[in-house]
Amino acid sequence: MSLILLIEQVLNGLQFGVMLFLMAAGLTLIFGVMGLINLAHGSFYMIGAFAAAATAAATGSFLLALVASLVAAAAAGAIVEMTVIRRLYTRDHLDQVLATFALILIFSEGTRWMFGSFPLFLEIPEYLSGPIRLPFGIEYPQYRLAIIAVGLIVAGGLFALIAKTRIGIQIRAGESDREMIAALGVDISKLYTFVFALGAALAGIAGALIGAIQSVQVGMGEPVLILAFVVIVIGGIGSIKGALLGALLVGLTDTLAGFLLPKAFGLIMDAAAATSVGSSLASMSIYILMAGVLLFKPTGLFGST
Amino acid sequence: MRKETVLNAFVLFVLLAVPLWALQADEPFIITLATKAVIFAIAGVGLNFALGLGGLVSLGHAAFFGIGGYTMGILASHAQSYSAVIEWPIVIEGTSSMPIIWLTAVLFSGVFALIIGALSLRTSGVYFIMITLAFGQMLFFFMISWPTYGGEDGLVIYVRNGFPGLNTLDPIQFFGICFALLCLVLLVVSRIAKSSFGLALGGARQNEERMQAIGMVPYRLYLIAFTISGAITGLAGALFADLNRFVSPTMFSWQTSGEIMVFIILGGMGRLFGPVVGAALFILLEHLLGGLSEFWHIYLGAILLGVVLFARGGLIQLIVGREISHD
Amino acid sequence: MTDPILDVRNISKSFGALTASNNVSLTLVPGEIHALIGPNGAGKSTLIKQISGGLKPDAGAVWFDGADVTGLTTVARARLGLGRTFQISSLAMDYTVLQNLVLGALGHQGQIGLAGFFRPAMKDPALLEIANDALAQVGLEEFANTRTSELSHGQRRQLEVAMALTLSPKVFLMDEPMAGLGTEGSHRLTGFLDELRHKAPILLVEHDMDAVFALADRISVLVYGEVVATGTADEIRSDPVVRTAYLGEEDAR
Repeated sequence: MSLILLIEQVLNGLQFGVMLFLMAAGLTLIFGVMGLINLAHGSFYMIGAFAAAATAAATGSFLLALVASLVAAAAAGAIVEMTVIRRLYTRDHLDQVLATFALILIFSEGTRWMFGSFPLFLEIPEYLSGPIRLPFGIEYPQYRLAIIAVGLIVAGGLFALIAKTRIGIQIRAGESDREMIAALGVDISKLYTFVFALGAALAGIAGALIGAIQSVQVGMGEPVLILAFVVIVIGGIGSIKGALLGALLVGLTDTLAGFLLPKAFGLIMDAAAATSVGSSLASMSIYILMAGVLLFKPTGLFGST
Repeated sequence: MRKETVLNAFVLFVLLAVPLWALQADEPFIITLATKAVIFAIAGVGLNFALGLGGLVSLGHAAFFGIGGYTMGILASHAQSYSAVIEWPIVIEGTSSMPIIWLTAVLFSGVFALIIGALSLRTSGVYFIMITLAFGQMLFFFMISWPTYGGEDGLVIYVRNGFPGLNTLDPIQFFGICFALLCLVLLVVSRIAKSSFGLALGGARQNEERMQAIGMVPYRLYLIAFTISGAITGLAGALFADLNRFVSPTMFSWQTSGEIMVFIILGGMGRLFGPVVGAALFILLEHLLGGLSEFWHIYLGAILLGVVLFARGGLIQLIVGREISHD
Repeated sequence: MTDPILDVRNISKSFGALTASNNVSLTLVPGEIHALIGPNGAGKSTLIKQISGGLKPDAGAVWFDGADVTGLTTVARARLGLGRTFQISSLAMDYTVLQNLVLGALGHQGQIGLAGFFRPAMKDPALLEIANDALAQVGLEEFANTRTSELSHGQRRQLEVAMALTLSPKVFLMDEPMAGLGTEGSHRLTGFLDELRHKAPILLVEHDMDAVFALADRISVLVYGEVVATGTADEIRSDPVVRTAYLGEEDAR
């Protein structure tokens, strides 16, 4: 097993993790500030991907496609927040789950109605296709490296927004005491709409970026959503730091387990059995990680007890 | 007699009358629809035991539905191929006897519910919701990647399993079996709900601090409820597998988990017949709206949204009002 | 003095820089009502929590009925006979009064055996006997089938006391049972507690000074987490430290 292959897998894991962070950050922010669990977050991921694919097909520009994904997802988020989500802040979590599940149904079937059941294609732009030479003679796809870069930049931007801007202060205050900031005159409803739309935009751009390497199809968001939940559970609800750490952990664990476990089993059983046992176990690896974290810290690594 | 009891009796009557009518009108498809409704009802009754009585928002109950289904799939497929399920440390043969399959399904899904519950119930609130969802997803992916029983394509069971004395291939007789099981499950759940355990479980749902002050541990109550709940949903899974003579990883999917929850909410959470009414309503909607448009899920979503926002007590509350039994 | 049934020994608890309990000791002997008074923020609730089991002290021990219970959970202490009422009524709001009391009786009974899964709880004669007895003692009979959420505040406080009765505890920890009761309600409860002390001693946290001076055999005064005085009602009334720290503020009311 070559070191080069291993490093490539690590990079893949980082890329996966960084995208998961974009999903998880929005979710954990929405929960931290508004106390709302949002199952429809995967729909924003999907909307971003579809908007990007449609825009790229119409204009041929990948950059425009990314912008479109941000705008479409943010707009969808804002509209949904103002019409439906607003009524859920005072409801219990079950109601929030059910209502946002209903939204998934509406968005998924709505998208299928608009675009059909077949996957759309979003192509990696010319200038990013092909490999790039890294130290130690590793050749890694440029695009994936770009994803890691974009993801880290967005993460940095998010941290800066929260730590250094006025809105960031309102967000942090809102996380500790919702009633207080309302009493202090902050326009809560605008803040909430902003946070929700921001979360949706993050999901949307993640969907667009991944849509180019996987396919753009209805239902693509929910598996990622559930992974984002695992990330949040591991990292601790409400903590962006936890979301980043959790996302990287999950991304690396899933990728490396999928790569290493079949090989490890290959040492003690034949190739075919090793592949099936190995990949079956690998598919469970992140949930085992989650269960492990929960045994010691039921509220996650950075969660508050 | 209380309004709700009258409604319940009426629902049972309709559930029985429709397939009997379909029998003499020679519409076997309607009998199959009714059977599906009954099986979904059992799955819902299972979840409602944890959700309605215990307040446990489990978004991963498809895990138990799937385990029940695959228990049937594994046992039946080995019976078909005359091979043993495992040979060591003890020989376990396949079987195509329904009663044995049910018992095994209930046992396995109960055990899984015990394990998943033991882990998940250490958390609460949103964490619990997300963790149960995650465990369901874990089993979904595991089943897809495990090739022995079909993997992603699922497993076809060519022969319908047998029940002593009945021709299980006859739609009305299979319906009868499922209906009888639904009645049995409703009876059991109803008794437990009124029992000391049920009283304690409801107490834990409303006020854990009070439970501790009187010397009872909520975690234990929840765990027992969750286990029973998973076992009942597992039974539904085994029946579903028999109905379709097919099992696939979709039985474990988050969509299935969501659907089971939708039955309960449409009908009325916390009401004994909530899942029954809801499942019947769901099948009706699927049949009627699905006939109108292939995108009927949009309407389902809109209806669900409406129920959650404006008619929280479900159809039963719309009919009988807010009155709840206190005996 | 007979052996105390509750013996709080040198309890200390800090939350960061805030000292909530500072070397607090007090005892409760059979047949007495020992009142715990002090200004708001004195640490009374924190102390009650450490005695009932919700909070672990940094130092010191709690002895109950001759055994060290400092390491035991709330549930374990409840099972040993430590009953408590909450400052803010903690009841199952959807249940009727009778259902709440049967629940309490169930707690007293202990195990939910196998039969406990199938026999209707509300028709169980053993449970009903305990429940109805408690119901009668507080005088809520006509509200037996009323939903708890529909009770008035005063009635909920009565139910709160009744819940403690179902446990047949060896000790009552009562956290401001008079809170929110009018004059008549307080009178009735005062008379009730006077009789109750013979069943089991009461550690009574209260702000209602009339009730405290009418009922208490001993009074401990808690100020900034410390017990500044313990004694009979007369001793406390005339203690200069107490007067300035606490009663002085009360007189100004």
